[in-house]
Amino acid sequence: MVESPIQSTEVDNAMNGTDREKSQETASVDKNHNKAPQVTGGKGNNGAQVQDDCHVTTKDFSIFYGDNEAVKKATLSIKARLVTAIIGPSGCGKSTFLRAINRMNDLIPGCSTSGNMIFDGLDIYSPQVDVVALRKRVGMVFQKPNPFPKSIFDNVSYGPRLHGMLKKSELEQIVEQSLVRAALWDEVKDRLHQNALGLSGGQQQRLCLARALAVNPEILLMDEPTSALDPRATAKIEDLISDLRGRYTIIIVTHNMQQAARVSDQTAFFYEGILIEMGDTKPLFTKPREKKTEEYITGRFG
Amino acid sequence: MKLSTRKLLDKSFTGYGIFAIILMACALLLIIVPIATKGIQAFIFRGTIEYRKLRLEKFEEGNLKKVNAELKGSQELRKPIYDMIDQFEKDIRELEYEERREYRKELREVKKSLKELFGPAPGDHQPVLWREQYGQTRWDRAKIKIDQVLFFEEWDYSNPDKMGVKVLVDRKSLFKGTSLEPLFAYVEKHAQSILQPKLVFYWRFLFDESFDAHFFGGIWPEVLGTLYLTLGAMFFAIPMGIIAAIYLTEYAGRGLFISLLRSCISTLAGVPSIVFGLFGLAFFINSVKVSESKSVLAGSLTLALLILPTVIRASEEAIRAVPKTYKEAALSLGAGKWHTVLTVILPAALPGILTGIVISMGRAAGETAPIIFTAAVSVGKPLHFWETLSQPTPALPWNIYNLCTEHEAVDEIRHVQYGMVLTLVALVLILNLAAIILRARISKKLKG
Repeated sequence: MVESPIQSTEVDNAMNGTDREKSQETASVDKNHNKAPQVTGGKGNNGAQVQDDCHVTTKDFSIFYGDNEAVKKATLSIKARLVTAIIGPSGCGKSTFLRAINRMNDLIPGCSTSGNMIFDGLDIYSPQVDVVALRKRVGMVFQKPNPFPKSIFDNVSYGPRLHGMLKKSELEQIVEQSLVRAALWDEVKDRLHQNALGLSGGQQQRLCLARALAVNPEILLMDEPTSALDPRATAKIEDLISDLRGRYTIIIVTHNMQQAARVSDQTAFFYEGILIEMGDTKPLFTKPREKKTEEYITGRFG
Repeated sequence: MKLSTRKLLDKSFTGYGIFAIILMACALLLIIVPIATKGIQAFIFRGTIEYRKLRLEKFEEGNLKKVNAELKGSQELRKPIYDMIDQFEKDIRELEYEERREYRKELREVKKSLKELFGPAPGDHQPVLWREQYGQTRWDRAKIKIDQVLFFEEWDYSNPDKMGVKVLVDRKSLFKGTSLEPLFAYVEKHAQSILQPKLVFYWRFLFDESFDAHFFGGIWPEVLGTLYLTLGAMFFAIPMGIIAAIYLTEYAGRGLFISLLRSCISTLAGVPSIVFGLFGLAFFINSVKVSESKSVLAGSLTLALLILPTVIRASEEAIRAVPKTYKEAALSLGAGKWHTVLTVILPAALPGILTGIVISMGRAAGETAPIIFTAAVSVGKPLHFWETLSQPTPALPWNIYNLCTEHEAVDEIRHVQYGMVLTLVALVLILNLAAIILRARISKKLKG
């Protein structure tokens, strides 16, 4: 957890205020916000500080598929360099929310948003945002391992090359560094030029992680990264997430509540598109404030 | 359903499947075997001394001394034939006018068929056409000509209830008791030693120019023309087709215009090729004037239009089949749309696109109708690359058609026609094989 003063930023305060007035569901978030001792830092208008501690904040953020509101007025803030888990039953909008952060939902025809999602002081959905630049800063690991049908080296160097790094020596260095960070280097260093599809599922997922890390993102989105993996590979990925904590802001969507409890510092619980509760992981799992949350984590539904 | 019924159904379906495949294999054999066996006769045949003489005189190939020695032997054996004819001509001068005229007429026939078999008699003036300067160059044709010397055809209408029957009559019977009678036995006995057939492997059939309306030489202009036309069509159709497919899959929306466009493309795939040919003539040559008249360029463009729907369709399917996750991964790394298409989607779709290209390449190589009006001529020289912009060319599909329908001596040069068919089939096979190997290698690379 980040050690920092307890004051909220102005943004946060403003949000909390509106929340309280507006919707009951999100009220819990605010309470949590206020209670949590190490929530946010920075003095007033200090933008850099805001970015440091509250990496992504949303206010009344809704996502629509046509007329269907998949995420309903979510207001939350995600803290920098911590692991935030998003849990909830299937179809609750958690993946949709995650994919909204790097605007991957743009690919889905008929998908639209309302409200604000602020990253680095800029609304992600404002027209002047360069999506390419945004996605460079917000990396993503998907549900199923999806390496390109290219060599391991080409997979990891895809991002750096894309962003203009062409020198072989630099690329080699960054590939090694990324693979080391993804704990894959020792397994693949002798076959960097073989096809990535020859790796096992767990290795492929770590390769995807390395690929995402190679562009040096600030935020790492993980959309159920272990759902297609066996327990051993899952454990490896979870270890990795722990290793990466403190360096990147990680947001992980997971079906698996134990996983959320194991790896995350903060947890957000979505139910039917509504953010029910968000807070520090331990209290949320041991003493949930909302009845729905308690029902979900005790396995009454979901 | 009962288990036994289900099993029976399963079995019968398997049976049908096997039956269908066997049937198809038989049909394939039925097509391929004659093509191969007859086509190979253009390359491997028994060439006579006339063939060797021709190669030596016109193509400057072969061993001069050896051929001359063979020719000498051959001429010695021919001499008695012409002596007998001379003698006979002297003999009939003494006959009555009517009888003499009758014999003269028959003798003319004999001399004509002998000339076809052995070439012009010594002392005759040299004919202009190559085909008349030499006797039969191929032993299989020579055997037919020998029969024409020995026999003549007659129609037997003696039975009024039936159609006339063709009968062969021994020519010898016409000359019974004359000095010419022994000639027929002599020809029959010595024809082989006069013509001295030897097995030839004429691989240059592929690379020789053709002479005297395909009577001699090879089919290089046709092969080259086909290659030019096919590759030209590919050159125009592949980039256009792939770009169109990318647009349709990645950029186009779902509007009325786009669906109209799609159905237009499908319709285009079903338009008869002759219509494309006429369109090519009307549009590329008469309206746009890409060339003065027929040219390889105009033909290539027409063929490109013909195969464009296939290329678009196959590429579209291939691009659609690329897992969406690849695209997502590239986009999530900050790649733009165009960059994603170029670096991830196209490489992954390449095997499928190549399949479409293979199919359309075979089609372009074999299409006749589109090039009739736009590119093909029946006789021509092999073109230089730059001449393709303005010159027409012979091409295998058109010349096969031409040789078997419009040529003045279809029967005489069947072997050329068969050779062309075999070459075309082999050419398409080789082009396909190359593409298939390429595709397999790319697939392997993609799969790891």
